[in-house]
Amino acid sequence: MKGKVTVMAALVAVFCLFMVGAVQAQAPAAKNVVIGFTASQTGKLNVEGMRQINGLNLWMERVNAAGGVKLADGSAVKFSSKFYDDESNKGRVQELYTKLINDDKANFLVSPYSSGLTDAAAVIAQQNNRIMITAGAASDSTYKKGFTLVFQTYTPASRYLTGAVDILAKLNPKAKKIAIVHEKDKFSTDVVNDLKKYAEGKGYQIVLFEGYDPGTTDFAPFINKFPADVDAIMGGGHFADTSTFAKQLHEKGIKPTVVALLVAPPEPKFAELGEAAVGIIGASQWEPAAKYAPEVAKAKNLEWFGPTVAEFVEAYKKKYNEEPSYHSAGGFVAGLLIEKAIATAGSIDTEKVKAALDAMDIMTFYGHIKFDTSPAAHGLQVGHDMIYIQWQKDPKGALVKEVVWPEEAKTKDVIPMPKKK
Amino acid sequence: MQLLSSLIDGILIGFVYGVAAVGLTLIWGVMSVINLSHGPVMALGMFSTYLLFANLGVNPYLALIGVAVFGLVLGLVIYTVAVHRVISAPHLSSLLATFAVNMIIIGIGTAVFSTSPHNIDFSLGSISLGPIILPATRLLAAVAAILFTALLYIFLYFTRPGKAIRAVANNRTAAELMGIPSAQVLALSFGIGTALACVAGGLIATFFPFTILSGGPYELKSFVICVLGGLGNPLGALLGGLLLGGLEGLIPTVMPVSWVPVLEFGLFILVLLVKPSGLLGAKS
Repeated sequence: MKGKVTVMAALVAVFCLFMVGAVQAQAPAAKNVVIGFTASQTGKLNVEGMRQINGLNLWMERVNAAGGVKLADGSAVKFSSKFYDDESNKGRVQELYTKLINDDKANFLVSPYSSGLTDAAAVIAQQNNRIMITAGAASDSTYKKGFTLVFQTYTPASRYLTGAVDILAKLNPKAKKIAIVHEKDKFSTDVVNDLKKYAEGKGYQIVLFEGYDPGTTDFAPFINKFPADVDAIMGGGHFADTSTFAKQLHEKGIKPTVVALLVAPPEPKFAELGEAAVGIIGASQWEPAAKYAPEVAKAKNLEWFGPTVAEFVEAYKKKYNEEPSYHSAGGFVAGLLIEKAIATAGSIDTEKVKAALDAMDIMTFYGHIKFDTSPAAHGLQVGHDMIYIQWQKDPKGALVKEVVWPEEAKTKDVIPMPKKK
Repeated sequence: MQLLSSLIDGILIGFVYGVAAVGLTLIWGVMSVINLSHGPVMALGMFSTYLLFANLGVNPYLALIGVAVFGLVLGLVIYTVAVHRVISAPHLSSLLATFAVNMIIIGIGTAVFSTSPHNIDFSLGSISLGPIILPATRLLAAVAAILFTALLYIFLYFTRPGKAIRAVANNRTAAELMGIPSAQVLALSFGIGTALACVAGGLIATFFPFTILSGGPYELKSFVICVLGGLGNPLGALLGGLLLGGLEGLIPTVMPVSWVPVLEFGLFILVLLVKPSGLLGAKS
């Protein structure tokens, strides 16, 4: 009896070993790559933050539907996402990214929306050896801290609003006075510091240079400070405060030649301001009217990757029933860059994917993408350029967002702010 | 001209600060309770105006009547549930009780409305007085603020319940001996104070975007104003509001706007040190 039991046990053991071997001998199954990020679903950045996430989700849906990305060993990777609401709160971001890496085993990270939140998250990515593609984070300083795994999709803040000064020069060559009022957050401060340098370099006088606290709702104290003959008002911050600023400028009847503000004007929701939106210029990372195409890439001797502008716009509209903004495009392209880098590297190994990103020099529907690889500013976006839009009225009186700058990309001529009737 | 324009802007908003502070000071004056739920209650005033406007299309200024009634009922509920039991306990108890109400409102408000900014999309254009351009919403807010304060004055001085409130504020024991039902009077005072906070919130919502957390800064301003005007003194609170609003208009004309809170709270400490009874004298 005892002998029988022993034989049975031996057989079971052999069977088990065989089964394990059989499972191992099978071809590798599709791997799952987890993309981790936090989303500003609530809080003051929720409009921009949610659009970014919508873009990223659309990319993920597309790449998974196409069978994922092929690796060098013949296997494919598919993507899934893990995210938490960061409440637009810097304090939550570091805690949540640590959780994403340690508990949720995220393989790659996408940044939260905004430079301030991203700056906090980037440290965690670098410390834990995870690549982070940043979207919605234009501040230059994040990329000058010696990080090697953080890559920027946006045109950096230092080149963000300088075109508005060129627009002013075109509209009114005699203009002299510029007032700058900006949100005292990282991104806006970086932008206006470089804007100020640029404007002063061109001989303009900065008549007011003041910051306001994030969450400010009353701009009257600033507006009352503008000299009557100010030629341009520039600055702003993020969507909520900037649209309030634009609304109060209109209520106070302030109409200089140029009003160029950050972040809010390119958003389709900005049109809800009605009359107050007319003439306002905004810098945009991307617009649906952008003319990036495979032919343009070919002419510039760049590789084209991903969907065309029309394909992206159509897919986004179909899924979310609204026009994509540059935040949406930023979210999509963040995913697209991870996809391209994994495809080039043929691996999901951090070192190999990093090398692929370092060497990347491509054009997508979002524009040219190339990263600075110098130790001083590793990961800083050096390929991509800004587009300037202006809200104008069409002959029927409806508000239309026109691309007005640079000259080669414009859909309409730029106009001075219409004076109050 | 810049000075005048800033000053007028500041004073107009000062009326609204005044209404909020009158609500706070009334509660302090009558029952010696420092109401830490004042800010979130203002935020609820903002949201109730918003909901009436956005869902039912009610004109935000008409909506204020509904908001005031809502505030009154809310105040009665808060008083009954959280304040009544600790009314005779040391100040710390009522402070903690109203702080708990503060946290509850913020918690529920965040869950229901999130912390994303809301906006009452209602513009009446601007009114030009020579070179000074004033947004009509601010002007109307000041008018509404004066109206509500006048109503409160009439109520306190010319109606029986109003007189009862003043009597209880003056000396609760003596008032009780005269047959005034102090528990009901206290509840009514808390209700009126809350209603004023809600109205102030509703007025602010007509020109600034807001979240459930937006009441906080106005609550702080209300404390400064109450101390300025004399704690427990409604007229002092209204004048304190105008003074603070005026300062908020004037300070930015000579220095960066970020100095405003520094000077405001500097003034707060100065008044506490030099004249703790406030400009018009506090309730003893």
